Amino acid sequence: MTEEIETERNDVREDGRRPPRAVVGSHRIEEEMFGKVFDGNIVGRIWTFVRPYKAQMLIAVFAVLTFTATQLMIPLIIRYAIDHGIATDGANNAVLLHSIIAFAIAILINFAASYVQETIVGRVAEDVLFDIRRAMFSHLQRVSLSFMDKTEVGRLMSRLQGDVNSMQEFLETSVLSVGDITLLFGIVGVMLYLDFRLGLMTLAVLPVLFIVRIYWLPRARVAFVAAHETNSVTNGALAEAIHGVRAVQSMDRQSINFTLYDDKAHANLKAHLTAAKYAQVMVPIVDSLTGVAMALVIVVGGSRVLNQELDVGVMVAFLFYIQRFFDPIRSLTLQYSVMQRAMASGQRLTEVLDVPVDITDAPNARSLTADMDGSVEFRDVVFGYDPKHPVLKNISFKVKPGETVALVGPTGSGKSSAMALVHRFYDTQHGQVLVGGHDVRELTQDSLGQQIAMVLQEPFLFTGSVFENIRYHKSEATFEDVVEAAKAVGAHDFIMTLSEGYDTELGERGGNLSLGQRQLISFARALVADAKILVLDEATANIDSYTEMLIQKALVKLLENRTGLVIAHRLATIREADRIIVLQNGQLIEMGNHDQLMANGKLYAKLYNLNYSSFDDIPDQELQAATPGESHT
Amino acid sequence: MFAQSVGLENTVSSDALKRAANHSDSLAHVNAAGWGRGLFTLVRITHMTLRHPWQTTFAIGATLIAASLQLMIPQLLGHAVDQTQTAMAGGAAGKIAETALLMTALILLAVSILRGLFTMIQNYYSEAVGHHMGYELRLACYEKIQQLSFSFHDSVHSGDLITIGMLDLEGVRMYFSTALVRTILLTMLIGLGAYMLLSTDLVLGLVALSFVPFVAWRSSVTQLRLRATWLELQERLSVLTRVMEENLSGIRVVRAFASQTYELLKFDKASHSALELAHKRVGIRVTNTSAMTLSFFAAMGLVLWVGGSKVIAGEITVGTLTSFLTFMTILQMPVRQLGLMVNSYARASTCGTRLFALLDLDIAVKDAPDAKDLKISEGLLRFEDVGFAYPQVAGRPVLQHLSFEARRGETIGIVGPPGSGKSTIAHLIPRFYDVTNGRITIDGQDIRDATLRSLRQAVAVVQQDAFLFTTTIENNIAYGDPWAKEPRIERASESAQLHNYVLGLPMGYDTVVGERGVSLSGGQRQRLSIARTLMLRPAVMVFDDSTAAIDAGTEQRIRIAMRRYAKDRVTIVIAHRLSSLMHADQILFVEDGQIVERGTHENLLAAGGRYRALYDLQVRPGDTVPVAVKKDVQA
Repeated sequence: MTEEIETERNDVREDGRRPPRAVVGSHRIEEEMFGKVFDGNIVGRIWTFVRPYKAQMLIAVFAVLTFTATQLMIPLIIRYAIDHGIATDGANNAVLLHSIIAFAIAILINFAASYVQETIVGRVAEDVLFDIRRAMFSHLQRVSLSFMDKTEVGRLMSRLQGDVNSMQEFLETSVLSVGDITLLFGIVGVMLYLDFRLGLMTLAVLPVLFIVRIYWLPRARVAFVAAHETNSVTNGALAEAIHGVRAVQSMDRQSINFTLYDDKAHANLKAHLTAAKYAQVMVPIVDSLTGVAMALVIVVGGSRVLNQELDVGVMVAFLFYIQRFFDPIRSLTLQYSVMQRAMASGQRLTEVLDVPVDITDAPNARSLTADMDGSVEFRDVVFGYDPKHPVLKNISFKVKPGETVALVGPTGSGKSSAMALVHRFYDTQHGQVLVGGHDVRELTQDSLGQQIAMVLQEPFLFTGSVFENIRYHKSEATFEDVVEAAKAVGAHDFIMTLSEGYDTELGERGGNLSLGQRQLISFARALVADAKILVLDEATANIDSYTEMLIQKALVKLLENRTGLVIAHRLATIREADRIIVLQNGQLIEMGNHDQLMANGKLYAKLYNLNYSSFDDIPDQELQAATPGESHT
Repeated sequence: MFAQSVGLENTVSSDALKRAANHSDSLAHVNAAGWGRGLFTLVRITHMTLRHPWQTTFAIGATLIAASLQLMIPQLLGHAVDQTQTAMAGGAAGKIAETALLMTALILLAVSILRGLFTMIQNYYSEAVGHHMGYELRLACYEKIQQLSFSFHDSVHSGDLITIGMLDLEGVRMYFSTALVRTILLTMLIGLGAYMLLSTDLVLGLVALSFVPFVAWRSSVTQLRLRATWLELQERLSVLTRVMEENLSGIRVVRAFASQTYELLKFDKASHSALELAHKRVGIRVTNTSAMTLSFFAAMGLVLWVGGSKVIAGEITVGTLTSFLTFMTILQMPVRQLGLMVNSYARASTCGTRLFALLDLDIAVKDAPDAKDLKISEGLLRFEDVGFAYPQVAGRPVLQHLSFEARRGETIGIVGPPGSGKSTIAHLIPRFYDVTNGRITIDGQDIRDATLRSLRQAVAVVQQDAFLFTTTIENNIAYGDPWAKEPRIERASESAQLHNYVLGLPMGYDTVVGERGVSLSGGQRQRLSIARTLMLRPAVMVFDDSTAAIDAGTEQRIRIAMRRYAKDRVTIVIAHRLSSLMHADQILFVEDGQIVERGTHENLLAAGGRYRALYDLQVRPGDTVPVAVKKDVQA
């Protein structure tokens, strides 16, 4: 075989080219940051969350208005003091004193109003944030599993975190906007009231600022978003380097990756410098406009004071107002972006909240009690995730109480779907699934779950101690119960070798345990749950022979005195079963015990005679040869 | 302990934060950093800013000028007010007064514009210095993380490294603008402002400044408290995050045990604890800002009162009073910011200490000073009395007195119970760890005398759990050889029995996999890992239990395809499935870090020892050797 001659593995060729196939991090930016400025539907949905706090929000708005009013009052009081107490010919200490008292009252009201407003708004915004999050979380507990199957956890997490946070930001700023708008109008009104002409002249700079900001905002935002995105990209590349460091080192990619990372970090630097330019360019503009307004007041107002057409206090008040009136404009334009971000987030949140719940308890659902017989029956069941393509076709069988039934069949034959139906993860399109003699749709989901324990193929452990994982939701289980269960499934010995025995904290997803050990813990968990029926999906991954032996023993223990439905892959398990059901392409093609099926000479016998220690090990070609295809059935 | 997730939130990607939040312990020794170390860190960061002398100079120079200009504004305003008061008549004097007013207005305009410009320069350059520092630190961090050896990465949570590389770095980056430049600005404004007020009128000046100590103290204390509660809040939120994430990832378990109610309780507990603290933080913040505002306004009222009386008494002018009042509005902002400044120092010092601790770490496995490139001639790998213990548990040897050799074209199988040290053997050959005793040689050269680069190009390990990079399948296969052409990639993929699967995907080799792409099953990942390693054309290829998730049939086909490559190299197969390695030229049975049996499959079976026992365990009781295995042995 000729292999084309290639250059030695060098990082970056002399001409500065990067390797064509090398990338670090992901370039994909997840989702839109900004939506419409206002969307009635979304605001309506958000409102349903704010409604419980309606009274508090009213108080907050009232407090904001009071606060703004006192803000406006203060320069007016100063003006009054100057004009009537200080700068008049008949200098008047009494008027000054009155002004001071008025000032004191104003600032006390200001204090109280700002305290009330900020406390309420801050707390309600947090409350609403947590409420929305809880509503979504509890909704996700009920939505259909097919939704959960096709939705990435990361995506849902960013709904539960990022999007919920921008709702909080939105709530806080919307109350503040009320204050800003009032302040802006208040200042304009007071200035026009104090002196109409001077007021108009000074206010002439406002439109200029507005126009400048309207021109600036979209451009600046592009720069800000770019800076933000290059940040995620660079940080993503760093995270990849950390998580994949072993792969990177073993394939000696360090220097290539460094070069590529440098490209990204440099782009990030550039983007940030551009964003900084955009952010800062507004500073001299605002300062110049303030300067213009003040200069106008000094020249025009001053000469009118000279001519005694205007009180000096009015001029002082104007100078105070001018220094304030750019603030609301600045924050209002910022709030515009917050609104847009909130609408985009709100859209995504409502999408989650609107995912339909397919499976609910029937209005007169009964509770399945522990004294039911533990039988499971499928009556002519038809089911498909997409109703047009059924994965189970007219399946009927009955599992007697205490019996162990193995489900066998090639990948895609419908074994897992059948198991999911016992638990009513999905509803059938036709036919019935009965547990303890009751149609599962007539039972409460909770009670059904209590009576059916399930062990999944991929054992899933939670952060927490070994003890907490085995006990899981069965909070009445004692330490002794847990130890007993662990002993029964043969997990006790290895648990005791862990640094703190049952109190050992497991790493993320039980990372500090081997797959086999995790499997044993999930067995113990099912045993503690002590259900009448056990549904078990045997692990296919190759577990070392030593642990495998433990697992086989544990399985026997687990199935003692229970009805067992096992999706079996290993022949040892299959042969132990009381009955074997063979599925293919969604149809039940054979049923019986090992000897009967062998005598039958059909699919099971053929598979068995291929002599693999596990049905999953059978190569595709041989499987195809042994199994009659669709056309034959 | 809540000392990791530090910093300003908004600029860090949410993904990263999430991951960072998931871990709760860190480079523990670093957290114990004391005062002196914190101070040293600040000096070191300050020193780093000097690498950008021009930008630093611009930033600081502009700060000084902008602050001075800002202080001129109240005086000019006061001046203007006085000008309206002195000449109260029309005529010539009036004209002069109006001209004077015009002059004041023009100066004020010029000062305002200049102040704006210099503030812009100040802000831009202080950000620029920070971003340049951030860039340098990013690169340093990335390089360090890539170089640090496996033993370091074993001992540290990846989440902690992410926290350091993102949040801590951010804290250090912000130091120049939020701590250093701000200190200069605030010192100027407050110091110079106070001097001007006091020199104009001592009593009124004292009254006007009366709020400063209170606000400065309150704001510093509050900021530090807010910082502490913020860290605590992050900690509580990370618990909440974990509860939600585990619930969603394990939703099948949750449903299977009908434990939604239990899960909601867990959620509520975590949620309430976070909410409680969030409320407390609102309380701290609001009480404090309201008190600060009140004290400021109270001082203003006093100035109005005392100053007003003074104007009435004819001691000062209305203009002076105006300039005092304006001064106060200017001083209010910097005094409040004192707290932020204190916070920035605290943050930079803890973040910096952690960041530098990482950057200063020694790399355990690196090139010897006189390292030479590895020269492959015969392709002979030798373990000579090798012993090894992990640095964390130095007293407990994982491997002892291990000796064996393999030549080009040979295959060595290694088998043994879990925890026997099999995988460790795989990790010693490419020097992921260094042996503690004895030595490993390739063609007579101690691998510690070879450059890491040449060694790792010669030795490739197929890992148990292949890490997928978020890019196309094609790029993932070509990860170690990014210049590779397509036909080679496809050939490697075919040999690893991945090709047909890839062709079945709608996007074929262009399918993006990894964290944000299509997820592959364990077996598919292992096959990709094999293909990836084949691309490297190594002299020693180690399969570290890398076919465990692949079914026996596919594995057999891989094995057959592998023969084509095996003749050019040493192959080491570590597995617990005997069919994976029974064809090896030599099989080593490892137990407790020692070789307890060695020989060919037939010898070992005949010997009737541990290998035989394992064999019997794996083969169906009562059955003869499985067909799949028989075929393979004959072939």
